[in-house]
Amino acid sequence: MGPTNIPVESEALLSFQSVSFVVDAERKILHEISLSVVPAAVTVLAGPSGAGKSTLLRLGNRLDVPSAGRVRFRGEDSAAIDPRELRRRVGMVFQKPVPFAGSVRANLKVGAPQASDDELGRSLDRVGLESSLLDRVADDLSGGEAQRMCIARTLLTRPEVILMDEPTSALDHENRLGIERLAKELAREGIGILWVSHDLAQVRRIADLAFVLIDGRNASEEETAAYLEQGMSGEQQ
Amino acid sequence: MNATQIGWAGLVGSFGLVAIAIGLSFWQRLQLSRSMLWASARAAVQLLLVGFALRLVLDSKTSVWWAWLWVVIMIGFAGFTIRSRAKEVPGIFLLGTLSMLTVVVVSLSVIFGFHVFPIEGRTIVPLAGMMIGNSMTSCVLVGRRIVGELSEKRDEVEARLALGLSWQEASRPCVRSALRTALVPQIETTKAVGLVFLPGAMTGLVLAGVDAVDAVTVQLALMYLVLGSVATSVTVIGLGLTRRVFTPDHRLRSIARTAH
Repeated sequence: MGPTNIPVESEALLSFQSVSFVVDAERKILHEISLSVVPAAVTVLAGPSGAGKSTLLRLGNRLDVPSAGRVRFRGEDSAAIDPRELRRRVGMVFQKPVPFAGSVRANLKVGAPQASDDELGRSLDRVGLESSLLDRVADDLSGGEAQRMCIARTLLTRPEVILMDEPTSALDHENRLGIERLAKELAREGIGILWVSHDLAQVRRIADLAFVLIDGRNASEEETAAYLEQGMSGEQQ
Repeated sequence: MNATQIGWAGLVGSFGLVAIAIGLSFWQRLQLSRSMLWASARAAVQLLLVGFALRLVLDSKTSVWWAWLWVVIMIGFAGFTIRSRAKEVPGIFLLGTLSMLTVVVVSLSVIFGFHVFPIEGRTIVPLAGMMIGNSMTSCVLVGRRIVGELSEKRDEVEARLALGLSWQEASRPCVRSALRTALVPQIETTKAVGLVFLPGAMTGLVLAGVDAVDAVTVQLALMYLVLGSVATSVTVIGLGLTRRVFTPDHRLRSIARTAH
Protein backbone atom coordinates (compact mmCIF):
# COMPACT_ATOMS: atom_id res chain seq x y z
CA MET A 1 0.00 0.00 0.00
CA GLY A 2 1.37 3.40 -0.89
CA PRO A 3 1.50 6.31 1.55
CA THR A 4 -1.93 7.83 1.97
CA ASN A 5 -3.77 9.94 4.50
CA ILE A 6 -6.73 8.21 6.10
CA PRO A 7 -9.49 9.35 8.45
CA VAL A 8 -9.83 8.17 12.07
CA GLU A 9 -10.98 4.57 11.96
CA SER A 10 -13.03 2.58 14.41
CA GLU A 11 -10.56 -0.33 14.27
CA ALA A 12 -7.75 1.91 15.41
CA LEU A 13 -5.51 0.70 18.22
CA LEU A 14 -4.53 4.22 19.09
CA SER A 15 -6.29 7.35 17.92
CA PHE A 16 -5.71 11.04 18.43
CA GLN A 17 -8.96 12.98 18.26
CA SER A 18 -8.70 16.76 17.76
CA VAL A 19 -5.67 16.84 20.01
CA SER A 20 -4.04 20.16 20.86
CA PHE A 21 -0.96 20.80 22.95
CA VAL A 22 -0.14 24.25 24.26
CA VAL A 23 2.91 25.03 26.43
CA ASP A 24 1.89 28.65 26.96
CA ALA A 25 0.30 31.52 25.02
CA GLU A 26 3.46 31.88 22.95
CA ARG A 27 4.00 28.21 22.23
CA LYS A 28 1.08 26.37 20.66
CA ILE A 29 2.71 23.17 19.51
CA LEU A 30 -0.25 21.14 18.20
CA HIS A 31 -3.63 22.27 16.95
CA GLU A 32 -6.54 19.81 16.66
CA ILE A 33 -4.59 16.86 15.31
CA SER A 34 -6.53 13.75 14.37
CA LEU A 35 -4.96 10.51 13.25
CA SER A 36 -5.06 6.84 14.07
CA VAL A 37 -2.75 3.86 14.30
CA VAL A 38 -4.13 0.57 13.05
CA PRO A 39 -2.86 -2.94 13.77
CA ALA A 40 -0.40 -4.72 11.51
CA ALA A 41 0.71 -1.59 9.68
CA VAL A 42 3.47 0.98 9.77
CA THR A 43 1.84 4.38 10.05
CA VAL A 44 4.29 7.15 9.32
CA LEU A 45 3.94 10.60 10.78
CA ALA A 46 5.90 12.86 8.45
CA GLY A 47 6.52 16.54 8.32
CA PRO A 48 9.25 19.13 8.51
CA SER A 49 11.35 19.58 11.66
CA GLY A 50 9.48 21.49 14.35
CA ALA A 51 6.04 20.44 13.08
CA GLY A 52 5.18 18.82 16.43
CA LYS A 53 5.63 15.15 15.46
CA SER A 54 7.66 14.13 18.52
CA THR A 55 5.29 16.02 20.83
CA LEU A 56 2.34 14.08 19.39
CA LEU A 57 4.16 10.82 20.04
CA ARG A 58 4.72 11.82 23.68
CA LEU A 59 0.97 12.32 24.01
CA GLY A 60 0.50 8.77 22.70
CA ASN A 61 1.88 7.16 25.84
CA ARG A 62 1.22 10.04 28.20
CA LEU A 63 4.71 11.36 28.76
CA ASP A 64 2.75 14.55 28.13
CA VAL A 65 -1.01 15.13 28.23
CA PRO A 66 -3.03 17.03 25.61
CA SER A 67 -4.34 20.51 26.39
CA ALA A 68 -7.51 19.64 24.46
CA GLY A 69 -8.90 16.65 22.60
CA ARG A 70 -8.66 12.94 23.38
CA VAL A 71 -6.16 10.16 22.91
CA ARG A 72 -7.91 6.79 22.80
CA PHE A 73 -6.37 3.35 23.15
CA ARG A 74 -8.63 0.61 21.81
CA GLY A 75 -11.50 3.08 22.03
CA GLU A 76 -10.92 3.92 25.70
CA ASP A 77 -9.86 7.39 26.77
CA SER A 78 -6.18 6.99 27.64
CA ALA A 79 -6.62 9.44 30.52
CA ALA A 80 -8.79 6.79 32.22
CA ILE A 81 -6.11 4.09 31.92
CA ASP A 82 -3.36 3.68 34.51
CA PRO A 83 -0.40 5.34 32.75
CA ARG A 84 1.94 2.50 33.72
CA GLU A 85 -0.40 0.00 32.07
CA LEU A 86 -0.91 2.25 29.04
CA ARG A 87 2.85 2.66 28.56
CA ARG A 88 3.39 -1.09 28.60
CA ARG A 89 0.76 -1.52 25.89
CA VAL A 90 1.86 1.55 23.93
CA GLY A 91 5.64 1.29 23.91
CA MET A 92 8.04 3.98 22.83
CA VAL A 93 11.40 3.97 21.11
CA PHE A 94 13.28 7.24 21.30
CA GLN A 95 15.31 9.08 18.70
CA LYS A 96 18.61 8.32 20.39
CA PRO A 97 19.01 4.93 22.00
CA VAL A 98 18.95 5.20 25.80
CA PRO A 99 20.87 2.27 27.26
CA PHE A 100 20.76 2.16 31.05
CA ALA A 101 23.84 1.50 33.17
CA GLY A 102 24.72 -2.17 33.45
CA SER A 103 24.53 -5.21 31.22
CA VAL A 104 22.16 -5.87 28.33
CA ARG A 105 20.44 -8.38 30.60
CA ALA A 106 19.88 -5.70 33.27
CA ASN A 107 18.51 -3.37 30.61
CA LEU A 108 16.06 -5.93 29.28
CA LYS A 109 14.88 -6.79 32.78
CA VAL A 110 13.88 -3.20 33.54
CA GLY A 111 10.55 -3.67 31.79
CA ALA A 112 10.29 -7.42 32.45
CA PRO A 113 11.93 -8.24 35.79
CA GLN A 114 10.58 -11.81 35.83
CA ALA A 115 11.79 -12.73 32.33
CA SER A 116 14.10 -15.75 32.09
CA ASP A 117 17.35 -15.73 30.16
CA ASP A 118 15.59 -17.78 27.45
CA GLU A 119 12.95 -15.11 27.04
CA LEU A 120 15.57 -12.35 27.03
CA GLY A 121 17.57 -14.26 24.43
CA ARG A 122 14.47 -14.66 22.25
CA SER A 123 13.75 -10.95 22.48
CA LEU A 124 17.28 -10.20 21.29
CA ASP A 125 16.90 -12.73 18.50
CA ARG A 126 13.64 -11.06 17.46
CA VAL A 127 15.47 -7.77 16.86
CA GLY A 128 18.41 -9.42 15.10
CA LEU A 129 20.90 -9.50 17.98
CA GLU A 130 22.81 -12.49 19.32
CA SER A 131 21.68 -13.78 22.70
CA SER A 132 25.37 -13.92 23.66
CA LEU A 133 25.15 -10.15 24.07
CA LEU A 134 23.20 -10.55 27.34
CA ASP A 135 26.33 -10.16 29.45
CA ARG A 136 27.74 -7.25 27.43
CA VAL A 137 27.82 -3.82 29.09
CA ALA A 138 25.04 -1.89 27.35
CA ASP A 139 27.17 1.23 26.97
CA ASP A 140 29.64 -0.76 24.87
CA LEU A 141 27.06 -1.55 22.15
CA SER A 142 27.29 0.21 18.79
CA GLY A 143 24.56 2.75 17.95
CA GLY A 144 22.64 0.24 15.83
CA GLU A 145 22.95 -2.53 18.43
CA ALA A 146 21.88 -0.15 21.22
CA GLN A 147 18.77 0.91 19.30
CA ARG A 148 17.88 -2.72 18.61
CA MET A 149 18.39 -3.52 22.29
CA CYS A 150 16.05 -0.65 23.18
CA ILE A 151 13.44 -2.09 20.82
CA ALA A 152 13.91 -5.53 22.42
CA ARG A 153 13.49 -3.91 25.84
CA THR A 154 10.23 -2.36 24.68
CA LEU A 155 9.02 -5.61 23.12
CA LEU A 156 9.41 -7.41 26.44
CA THR A 157 6.49 -5.38 27.83
CA ARG A 158 4.36 -6.96 25.04
CA PRO A 159 3.14 -3.71 23.47
CA GLU A 160 0.28 -3.59 21.00
CA VAL A 161 1.50 -0.28 19.59
CA ILE A 162 5.07 0.98 19.33
CA LEU A 163 5.73 4.69 18.93
CA MET A 164 9.05 5.22 17.16
CA ASP A 165 10.45 8.73 17.26
CA GLU A 166 12.89 8.98 14.35
CA PRO A 167 14.57 5.82 15.64
CA THR A 168 17.15 5.70 12.85
CA SER A 169 18.24 9.34 12.77
CA ALA A 170 21.47 8.61 14.66
CA LEU A 171 22.32 5.48 12.65
CA ASP A 172 24.26 4.73 9.46
CA HIS A 173 22.46 3.65 6.28
CA GLU A 174 22.84 -0.08 6.83
CA ASN A 175 21.54 0.04 10.39
CA ARG A 176 18.76 2.37 9.26
CA LEU A 177 17.53 -0.18 6.72
CA GLY A 178 17.84 -2.94 9.33
CA ILE A 179 15.60 -1.10 11.83
CA GLU A 180 13.12 -0.31 9.06
CA ARG A 181 12.92 -4.02 8.14
CA LEU A 182 12.44 -4.84 11.82
CA ALA A 183 9.53 -2.38 12.07
CA LYS A 184 7.88 -3.96 9.05
CA GLU A 185 8.31 -7.42 10.58
CA LEU A 186 6.79 -6.29 13.87
CA ALA A 187 3.87 -4.81 11.97
CA ARG A 188 3.38 -8.13 10.18
CA GLU A 189 3.17 -9.76 13.63
CA GLY A 190 0.18 -7.51 14.32
CA ILE A 191 1.77 -4.62 16.23
CA GLY A 192 0.67 -1.13 15.22
CA ILE A 193 3.70 1.02 14.48
CA LEU A 194 3.62 4.81 14.52
CA TRP A 195 6.92 5.98 13.06
CA VAL A 196 7.96 9.62 13.03
CA SER A 197 10.23 10.68 10.19
CA HIS A 198 11.18 13.73 8.22
CA ASP A 199 13.20 11.62 5.80
CA LEU A 200 10.92 11.38 2.79
CA ALA A 201 12.87 8.56 1.15
CA GLN A 202 12.34 6.59 4.35
CA VAL A 203 8.64 7.44 4.35
CA ARG A 204 8.37 5.92 0.89
CA ARG A 205 10.22 2.78 1.99
CA ILE A 206 8.25 1.94 5.08
CA ALA A 207 4.86 3.66 5.17
CA ASP A 208 1.69 1.61 4.88
CA LEU A 209 -0.18 4.76 5.89
CA ALA A 210 1.11 8.29 6.15
CA PHE A 211 0.04 11.44 7.91
CA VAL A 212 1.70 14.78 7.45
CA LEU A 213 1.94 17.49 10.07
CA ILE A 214 2.77 21.06 9.11
CA ASP A 215 3.13 23.81 11.73
CA GLY A 216 1.39 21.69 14.35
CA ARG A 217 -1.72 20.90 12.32
CA ASN A 218 -2.92 18.11 10.04
CA ALA A 219 -1.83 18.92 6.50
CA SER A 220 -4.66 19.20 3.96
CA GLU A 221 -4.86 16.58 1.22
CA GLU A 222 -3.18 18.95 -1.22
CA GLU A 223 -0.38 19.79 1.24
CA THR A 224 0.13 16.11 2.04
CA ALA A 225 0.36 15.19 -1.63
CA ALA A 226 2.73 18.09 -2.33
CA TYR A 227 4.91 17.24 0.68
CA LEU A 228 5.17 13.56 -0.17
CA GLU A 229 5.76 14.45 -3.82
CA GLN A 230 9.05 16.04 -2.79
CA GLY A 231 10.11 12.58 -1.61
CA MET A 232 9.19 11.09 -4.97
CA SER A 233 11.46 13.64 -6.65
CA GLY A 234 14.27 12.77 -4.24
CA GLU A 235 14.26 15.94 -2.13
CA GLN A 236 14.21 16.00 1.66
CA GLN A 237 12.92 18.52 4.12
CA MET B 1 40.10 32.79 85.23
CA ASN B 2 39.58 29.21 83.95
CA ALA B 3 39.86 27.74 80.45
CA THR B 4 36.30 28.71 79.54
CA GLN B 5 36.69 32.38 80.44
CA ILE B 6 39.14 34.09 78.14
CA GLY B 7 37.88 37.60 78.95
CA TRP B 8 37.86 40.67 76.72
CA ALA B 9 41.65 40.92 76.80
CA GLY B 10 41.94 37.34 75.55
CA LEU B 11 39.48 38.09 72.77
CA VAL B 12 41.47 41.12 71.67
CA GLY B 13 44.63 39.03 71.84
CA SER B 14 43.17 36.38 69.57
CA PHE B 15 42.28 39.13 67.14
CA GLY B 16 46.02 39.53 66.73
CA LEU B 17 45.91 36.44 64.50
CA VAL B 18 43.45 38.22 62.23
CA ALA B 19 45.91 41.12 62.12
CA ILE B 20 48.55 38.67 60.87
CA ALA B 21 46.17 37.47 58.16
CA ILE B 22 45.47 41.07 57.15
CA GLY B 23 49.22 41.75 57.07
CA LEU B 24 49.69 38.75 54.77
CA SER B 25 46.90 40.03 52.54
CA PHE B 26 48.66 43.42 52.22
CA TRP B 27 52.01 41.77 51.58
CA GLN B 28 50.66 39.46 48.84
CA ARG B 29 48.26 42.14 47.51
CA LEU B 30 45.30 39.77 47.88
CA GLN B 31 42.90 42.71 48.40
CA LEU B 32 41.11 40.73 51.10
CA SER B 33 41.93 42.98 54.07
CA ARG B 34 38.56 44.74 54.10
CA SER B 35 36.69 41.46 53.69
CA MET B 36 38.61 39.94 56.61
CA LEU B 37 37.96 42.92 58.83
CA TRP B 38 34.27 42.95 57.87
CA ALA B 39 33.91 39.19 58.43
CA SER B 40 35.64 39.37 61.81
CA ALA B 41 33.56 42.35 62.97
CA ARG B 42 30.33 40.81 61.73
CA ALA B 43 31.07 37.49 63.43
CA ALA B 44 31.83 39.34 66.67
CA VAL B 45 28.58 41.32 66.61
CA GLN B 46 26.45 38.32 65.62
CA LEU B 47 27.94 35.97 68.17
CA LEU B 48 27.87 38.53 70.98
CA LEU B 49 24.20 39.25 70.30
CA VAL B 50 23.48 35.53 70.23
CA GLY B 51 25.54 35.07 73.39
CA PHE B 52 23.56 37.69 75.34
CA ALA B 53 20.26 36.29 74.03
CA LEU B 54 21.34 32.76 74.89
CA ARG B 55 22.32 33.87 78.38
CA LEU B 56 18.69 34.87 78.89
CA VAL B 57 17.25 31.75 77.29
CA LEU B 58 19.61 29.31 78.97
CA ASP B 59 19.37 30.78 82.43
CA SER B 60 18.14 28.09 84.78
CA LYS B 61 15.41 30.43 86.02
CA THR B 62 14.03 31.01 82.51
CA SER B 63 11.20 28.78 81.31
CA VAL B 64 12.34 25.98 79.00
CA TRP B 65 9.69 27.14 76.49
CA TRP B 66 11.97 30.02 75.50
CA ALA B 67 14.53 27.44 74.41
CA TRP B 68 11.91 25.67 72.30
CA LEU B 69 10.93 29.02 70.75
CA TRP B 70 14.60 29.54 69.91
CA VAL B 71 14.63 26.15 68.15
CA VAL B 72 11.53 27.08 66.12
CA ILE B 73 13.24 30.29 65.00
CA MET B 74 16.37 28.32 64.06
CA ILE B 75 14.26 25.94 61.95
CA GLY B 76 12.67 28.89 60.12
CA PHE B 77 16.04 30.52 59.47
CA ALA B 78 17.42 27.21 58.23
CA GLY B 79 14.51 26.99 55.75
CA PHE B 80 15.31 30.46 54.43
CA THR B 81 19.03 29.67 54.21
CA ILE B 82 18.39 26.46 52.29
CA ARG B 83 16.12 28.34 49.88
CA SER B 84 18.67 31.07 49.29
CA ARG B 85 21.37 28.50 48.51
CA ALA B 86 19.23 26.34 46.20
CA LYS B 87 16.86 28.76 44.48
CA GLU B 88 16.47 26.52 41.42
CA VAL B 89 14.97 23.69 43.47
CA PRO B 90 11.17 23.82 43.42
CA GLY B 91 9.45 24.05 46.82
CA ILE B 92 12.76 23.89 48.67
CA PHE B 93 11.69 26.29 51.44
CA LEU B 94 8.83 24.11 52.63
CA LEU B 95 10.75 20.89 52.11
CA GLY B 96 13.83 22.29 53.85
CA THR B 97 11.82 23.55 56.79
CA LEU B 98 9.98 20.23 57.05
CA SER B 99 13.27 18.40 56.85
CA MET B 100 14.79 20.49 59.66
CA LEU B 101 11.69 19.99 61.78
CA THR B 102 11.92 16.23 61.26
CA VAL B 103 15.60 16.24 62.18
CA VAL B 104 14.98 18.16 65.39
CA VAL B 105 12.02 16.00 66.41
CA VAL B 106 13.81 12.72 65.69
CA SER B 107 17.20 13.62 67.15
CA LEU B 108 15.89 15.35 70.28
CA SER B 109 13.44 12.48 70.85
CA VAL B 110 16.38 10.08 70.85
CA ILE B 111 18.55 12.32 73.02
CA PHE B 112 15.90 13.03 75.62
CA GLY B 113 14.06 9.71 75.25
CA PHE B 114 17.21 7.78 76.13
CA HIS B 115 18.23 10.37 78.75
CA VAL B 116 21.51 11.10 76.95
CA PHE B 117 21.17 14.67 78.19
CA PRO B 118 18.60 16.28 80.52
CA ILE B 119 15.80 18.41 79.02
CA GLU B 120 17.08 21.90 79.78
CA GLY B 121 17.52 25.10 77.81
CA ARG B 122 21.30 24.66 77.87
CA THR B 123 20.97 21.26 76.11
CA ILE B 124 17.98 21.90 73.81
CA VAL B 125 19.38 24.92 71.97
CA PRO B 126 22.96 23.80 71.22
CA LEU B 127 21.95 20.24 70.35
CA ALA B 128 19.20 21.37 67.98
CA GLY B 129 21.60 23.93 66.48
CA MET B 130 24.22 21.26 65.89
CA MET B 131 21.76 18.92 64.15
CA ILE B 132 20.27 21.71 62.03
CA GLY B 133 23.64 23.20 61.10
CA ASN B 134 25.07 19.90 59.93
CA SER B 135 21.92 18.84 58.08
CA MET B 136 21.40 22.14 56.28
CA THR B 137 24.43 21.82 53.99
CA SER B 138 23.49 18.26 53.10
CA CYS B 139 19.93 19.35 52.30
CA VAL B 140 21.15 22.00 49.88
CA LEU B 141 23.50 19.49 48.30
CA VAL B 142 20.91 16.75 47.88
CA GLY B 143 18.27 19.17 46.54
CA ARG B 144 20.60 20.55 43.90
CA ARG B 145 21.90 17.10 42.97
CA ILE B 146 18.42 15.62 42.52
CA VAL B 147 17.26 18.44 40.27
CA GLY B 148 20.56 18.30 38.37
CA GLU B 149 20.44 14.51 37.95
CA LEU B 150 16.82 14.47 36.79
CA SER B 151 17.56 17.32 34.41
CA GLU B 152 20.70 15.78 32.94
CA LYS B 153 19.24 12.29 32.77
CA ARG B 154 15.76 13.23 31.67
CA ASP B 155 15.99 10.93 28.61
CA GLU B 156 16.89 8.00 30.81
CA VAL B 157 14.14 8.71 33.33
CA GLU B 158 11.53 9.05 30.57
CA ALA B 159 12.79 5.87 28.91
CA ARG B 160 12.10 4.07 32.20
CA LEU B 161 8.67 5.70 32.51
CA ALA B 162 7.94 4.66 28.93
CA LEU B 163 8.54 1.03 29.95
CA GLY B 164 5.70 1.30 32.45
CA LEU B 165 7.75 2.03 35.56
CA SER B 166 6.35 4.22 38.32
CA TRP B 167 7.98 7.57 39.04
CA GLN B 168 9.54 6.09 42.16
CA GLU B 169 11.19 3.31 40.15
CA ALA B 170 12.13 5.56 37.23
CA SER B 171 13.84 8.13 39.44
CA ARG B 172 15.52 5.68 41.81
CA PRO B 173 18.98 5.61 40.17
CA CYS B 174 19.11 9.44 40.14
CA VAL B 175 17.83 9.80 43.71
CA ARG B 176 20.17 7.11 44.96
CA SER B 177 23.15 8.85 43.36
CA ALA B 178 22.14 12.22 44.86
CA LEU B 179 21.64 10.75 48.35
CA ARG B 180 25.04 9.08 48.20
CA THR B 181 26.67 12.35 47.13
CA ALA B 182 25.10 14.14 50.10
CA LEU B 183 25.86 11.45 52.68
CA VAL B 184 29.39 10.44 51.76
CA PRO B 185 31.08 13.62 53.12
CA GLN B 186 29.43 13.12 56.51
CA ILE B 187 30.44 9.46 56.56
CA GLU B 188 34.01 10.41 55.66
CA THR B 189 34.04 13.05 58.41
CA THR B 190 32.81 10.46 60.90
CA LYS B 191 35.54 8.05 59.80
CA ALA B 192 38.33 10.64 60.06
CA VAL B 193 37.34 12.01 63.44
CA GLY B 194 40.05 11.72 66.07
CA LEU B 195 42.70 10.86 63.49
CA VAL B 196 42.60 14.03 61.42
CA PHE B 197 40.80 16.51 63.60
CA LEU B 198 39.29 16.87 67.03
CA PRO B 199 35.66 17.92 66.77
CA GLY B 200 34.33 21.11 68.29
CA ALA B 201 32.20 19.77 71.13
CA MET B 202 34.99 17.56 72.41
CA THR B 203 37.54 20.36 72.14
CA GLY B 204 35.20 22.66 74.05
CA LEU B 205 34.69 20.13 76.83
CA VAL B 206 38.40 19.45 77.17
CA LEU B 207 39.06 23.19 77.29
CA ALA B 208 36.39 23.45 79.97
CA GLY B 209 38.32 20.94 82.06
CA VAL B 210 36.20 17.81 81.45
CA ASP B 211 38.02 14.47 81.50
CA ALA B 212 39.13 13.55 77.95
CA VAL B 213 37.36 10.17 77.93
CA ASP B 214 34.13 11.74 79.16
CA ALA B 215 34.50 14.37 76.44
CA VAL B 216 34.99 11.61 73.85
CA THR B 217 31.82 9.77 74.87
CA VAL B 218 29.78 12.98 74.58
CA GLN B 219 31.37 13.69 71.22
CA LEU B 220 30.69 10.16 69.97
CA ALA B 221 27.03 10.41 70.94
CA LEU B 222 26.80 13.73 69.12
CA MET B 223 28.53 12.42 66.00
CA TYR B 224 26.18 9.46 65.77
CA LEU B 225 23.25 11.84 66.16
CA VAL B 226 24.65 14.17 63.51
CA LEU B 227 25.11 11.27 61.09
CA GLY B 228 21.56 10.12 61.78
CA SER B 229 20.27 13.69 61.39
CA VAL B 230 22.00 14.20 58.06
CA ALA B 231 20.66 10.87 56.79
CA THR B 232 17.15 11.77 57.96
CA SER B 233 17.20 15.24 56.46
CA VAL B 234 18.52 14.21 53.04
CA THR B 235 15.97 11.40 52.89
CA VAL B 236 13.11 13.80 53.66
CA ILE B 237 14.37 16.24 51.02
CA GLY B 238 15.13 13.45 48.54
CA LEU B 239 11.74 11.78 48.73
CA GLY B 240 9.76 15.02 49.05
CA LEU B 241 11.50 16.74 46.18
CA THR B 242 11.27 13.75 43.86
CA ARG B 243 7.54 13.57 44.51
CA ARG B 244 7.23 17.26 43.61
CA VAL B 245 8.99 17.00 40.23
CA PHE B 246 6.72 14.18 39.07
CA THR B 247 2.99 14.40 38.46
CA PRO B 248 0.63 11.92 40.14
CA ASP B 249 0.23 10.23 36.75
CA HIS B 250 3.95 9.47 36.55
CA ARG B 251 5.19 12.24 34.27
CA LEU B 252 8.38 14.22 34.84
CA ARG B 253 7.48 17.90 35.13
CA SER B 254 9.21 20.39 32.85
CA ILE B 255 10.71 22.25 35.83
CA ALA B 256 13.61 19.83 35.94
CA ARG B 257 14.54 20.67 32.35
CA THR B 258 15.60 24.18 33.17
CA ALA B 259 17.29 23.65 36.49
CA HIS B 260 21.02 22.92 36.82
